[in-house]
Amino acid sequence: MGQFLPFTKQVIKNLFSEPATTQYPFVPREYPERTRGHVDINKDNCILCGMCMRSCPPGAITVDRVGKTWSINRFDCVQCGYCVEKCPKKCLSITPGYQEPGPEKFAYTVEVPYEPPKPAAKPATPAMAK
Amino acid sequence: MQELKKDLYLIDKAELLQVIMEKKNALWRLCQICCSYPKAEKHYEITYSFANGYEFANYRLVVEREEEVPSISRVYKSAIYYENEMHELWGLNVDNIKVDMHDKLYRIDVETPFLEKEGE
Amino acid sequence: MGNRSIVPYGPQHPVLPEPIHLDLVLEDEKVLAAIPSIGFIHRGLESLTSKKDFNEMVYVAERICGICSYMHGMGYCMALEEIMGVEVPRRADYLRTIWCEMSRLHSHLLWLGLLADGFGFESLFMHSWRLREKILDMFEESTGGRVIFSVNTIGGVLKDMPADMLKDFVRQLNEMEKEIRETTSIFMDDYTVKSRLVDIGIITGEDAIRRGAVGPMMRASGINVDMRKNGYAAYNDIDFEVITSNKCDSYARCEVRIGEIFQSIDIIRQCVEKIPDTEINTKVTGMPNGEAFIRVEQPRGEAFYHVRANGTKFLDRFRVRTPTFANIPALTQTLQGCQYGDVPLLILTIDPCISCTER
Repeated sequence: MGQFLPFTKQVIKNLFSEPATTQYPFVPREYPERTRGHVDINKDNCILCGMCMRSCPPGAITVDRVGKTWSINRFDCVQCGYCVEKCPKKCLSITPGYQEPGPEKFAYTVEVPYEPPKPAAKPATPAMAK
Repeated sequence: MQELKKDLYLIDKAELLQVIMEKKNALWRLCQICCSYPKAEKHYEITYSFANGYEFANYRLVVEREEEVPSISRVYKSAIYYENEMHELWGLNVDNIKVDMHDKLYRIDVETPFLEKEGE
Repeated sequence: MGNRSIVPYGPQHPVLPEPIHLDLVLEDEKVLAAIPSIGFIHRGLESLTSKKDFNEMVYVAERICGICSYMHGMGYCMALEEIMGVEVPRRADYLRTIWCEMSRLHSHLLWLGLLADGFGFESLFMHSWRLREKILDMFEESTGGRVIFSVNTIGGVLKDMPADMLKDFVRQLNEMEKEIRETTSIFMDDYTVKSRLVDIGIITGEDAIRRGAVGPMMRASGINVDMRKNGYAAYNDIDFEVITSNKCDSYARCEVRIGEIFQSIDIIRQCVEKIPDTEINTKVTGMPNGEAFIRVEQPRGEAFYHVRANGTKFLDRFRVRTPTFANIPALTQTLQGCQYGDVPLLILTIDPCISCTER
């Protein structure tokens, strides 16, 4: 159509086509499998080593070895995935589903049932007793 | 002029203007000016980068903390912004910039935020 | 001689997506000079090197900008790879190239939308952003992030794209190409659009060099420079021509960017054809010591990275010169002598990304 009203075609098309958007709150959004939504922990595998706490760029993760808890402030987390990469036991993962907004920041805490192994000096004691 | 590594030459203050004029006359483009203050050496290092098509050359000038650097903004107009930036973020004294922004290029509260403070 | 006045322009202005302030010296409606100031959202990311180690800095570098995020991360990784002498696996190079070109696609479509919004063509703005949305979906499918991908690491990339995903992307891009061609033809042909762009904001080739302009701003003035031709990542295997225009005005900048959209689609197709099957990253050990200068071509132009390491895990200096900073002197040149009503449009034609500029 050249210079004369080249947008007309698009306008007519718009009139008879479906909307490009979805009815969001009523039709839930489907996330692809790789979406980095939030960090999840498999607490049975965690050994409370603290690698995730030390590597987290915004400092959102806290690991308490004495109280045996692992906690994350999801509002500080930037979903970079560096903790997942660093975790020696591969117990962290990033899964779809974003943190919902809230009136104030809070930390999400998990109690880890990890029992630290007995100190390595133990087997040496019976040897000494001999 | 001394070659430090590929495309990087160390120059002194007396050579600076001559190098700049040479580049200008050959229609080289000023790529950037970078200021740094390495912790170990305790002096400013100013790197002038020039590009001409895909050619690339860097010239490094080393100055002490209180020393003044001559401005190249009269040769390269775009240097005005880089030199003001160096002055505002690093506290480097640049002598006689063509348009002195009087610390108003970056509207920030902190004076020379990138420079390590004395005694720290 | 008319009335002289100084008009403060920005940092909050309907047409500016990000805060930049200009003091415009006006004579009646004509702009005589423009004095920019930035730093309203200065974050000091460059000096974070003293607090974050060089591996964490990859994620900081990515967050310099929201639109060219991927290339900032890549430029930083390339600089450290050069310092540490790491050879990146070929597949990682190709994946990086594909993500780079997808970033360019989405950035240019975003810019076309903003431009349309700048001259008040709302429905064209919506259409450009509708097209861009599909590319964001592709990003989410392949990397997990819509804007910030976090797939770069020193020594390669973290995520692979399987062959069927790549094929699906090419199919989607082929479909999109037709739609993009329809939408961009409006930018090129429409009378109202042309009246806002043609012969406005002229910057000649020599001026562009003297003012240190980069990227599409420079190529629209007829200068044939594109850092991709330096052959970083997989660009040395790809066959493409640098797109330039000799018209030197705002229309030319629009033309160059539209040309680059189709070029990017073509480069992605070539990459998918040629991509080899190797590892995607190599293990990097040790501490960096030395310095490197890296230049990569971002959607907005050439970005410059200087990394200086001292053998510890904290870098001495990480310098980013973003394309917008280099284009500001060229912007002030184009503003001289223009009409006051054209100022927003001229600011948009350099594709400003102010947050980038403030690191």
